Amino acid sequence: MRPRAFGRPYAEEVLQPVKAGYVSVTLIVALLLNLLPLSGWVLMLRPDFIALVLLYWGLEHPRKVGFFPAFLLGLAMDVAHGSLLGQHALAYTGLMFAAIALHRRVPMFGVRQQVLHILGILFLAQLTVLAVRLATGSDFPGWWYFLPSASGAILWPFARHMLTVRLRPRSDREEI
Amino acid sequence: MEYSPPPFFRRGPSLGTRLISFFLLSLALLFADARFGYLDVLRRGVGVMLYPLQKLVELPGETASLVADLFVTQATLRSENDRLQRENFMNAIRLQDHDAIAAENARLRELLELQPRVERASMVAEILYAARDPFVKRIILDKGSTHGVQAGAPVVDAQGLIGQVRRVFPWVSEVTLVTDRDQAIPVQLVRNGRRAMVFGLGYDGALELRFMPINADIEAGDVLVTSGIDGIYPAGLPVATVTGIERNAAYPFARVTSVPAAGVGSHRQVMILDPGEALPDRPPADEVQQRPRRTRRGG
Repeated sequence: MRPRAFGRPYAEEVLQPVKAGYVSVTLIVALLLNLLPLSGWVLMLRPDFIALVLLYWGLEHPRKVGFFPAFLLGLAMDVAHGSLLGQHALAYTGLMFAAIALHRRVPMFGVRQQVLHILGILFLAQLTVLAVRLATGSDFPGWWYFLPSASGAILWPFARHMLTVRLRPRSDREEI
Repeated sequence: MEYSPPPFFRRGPSLGTRLISFFLLSLALLFADARFGYLDVLRRGVGVMLYPLQKLVELPGETASLVADLFVTQATLRSENDRLQRENFMNAIRLQDHDAIAAENARLRELLELQPRVERASMVAEILYAARDPFVKRIILDKGSTHGVQAGAPVVDAQGLIGQVRRVFPWVSEVTLVTDRDQAIPVQLVRNGRRAMVFGLGYDGALELRFMPINADIEAGDVLVTSGIDGIYPAGLPVATVTGIERNAAYPFARVTSVPAAGVGSHRQVMILDPGEALPDRPPADEVQQRPRRTRRGG
């Protein structure tokens, strides 16, 4: 068995350096996906795309995305929801912390095992929002409230692939 | 888990410090918004920046409905035209009655020396989307302060009251639906004129009448309209129909549930009414009798 590089045993491929432009484009696309005018059960199932993309950058490239973009996107979500200013900012800040703190551990696992980690982190982020809402006098909306965590975790392998694809080095042109 | 690089590689504050500072910032925002409502300027700023993104996201849906409109069959159009003509005819008859009654009402009010009813200005708006927060029942409309929308204005559809404008941004406004938790509306029973308060419950399709005594004269099927005594909602807008009454002698009040009259959450176009003139000031409350204060004698 080949000796594994420290910290990243499964990162066998060498990726291109991440440009700040690419990071911001992915975050804006995630924001657009979150703003889609959905309703009914589709809305109930819709994963939090911003949380997923933030998790990807936090886990894979913890130096590229810090707390500030997470905080700003949280504020944007609060305004779009018309909810209390700061609840999503709080949730995304916590999520970013979890991602950066776990960035040496989670990539050690295969993609399928990562899903469980993602599920836990997304669940905690939703729990933060729920705690703020309960503290300000809302009722518990029901267990379906946590469905986006599950759908987000299920979507993780796909999202991870989509975000990594652009970072793979192009095939050598000299060979052709 | 957390790692710290050697001091000569240190870049910025540690993870914990950053977490705590952003956590405190978020908490400060939450408190400022929840307790004092200081942050409307910030909210409006972010709202303006989000507006083009929201428009961009709406684009595919709008294009799809435009394309779908092109392929409406002639039969559909004709049946719709027939229906509209019939409705128009019925409405014209009602309108004739209404004109006569309005004239009579104005005359009677003059005789009784009552204040004349004011006609409210109104504005048609389109629903952009429903708020994505599962805790609140709100919709976002495509008219804002540049179109003259004011916070507090009532919003209606063809069947009745939908809600009230809560926040106004430059191009959009946010409407709290009548079904939102603790949204309160003063109403009146059409059958006997009894006044009551209707509260939203936080889920679709149900409203609750609170503080109705057990012996109150109320039946299933009673229609509730706005009473107009709050000066916000014009009198006579249908709000809800009573569906069930539970009279339990163990509690001081009856449990009365009702369904909203308007198609809350099922329409595309709504109408924003002018909030109307402010009511005259309330008479001052009785001044509390102050006890004559004992003067302390200086020694």
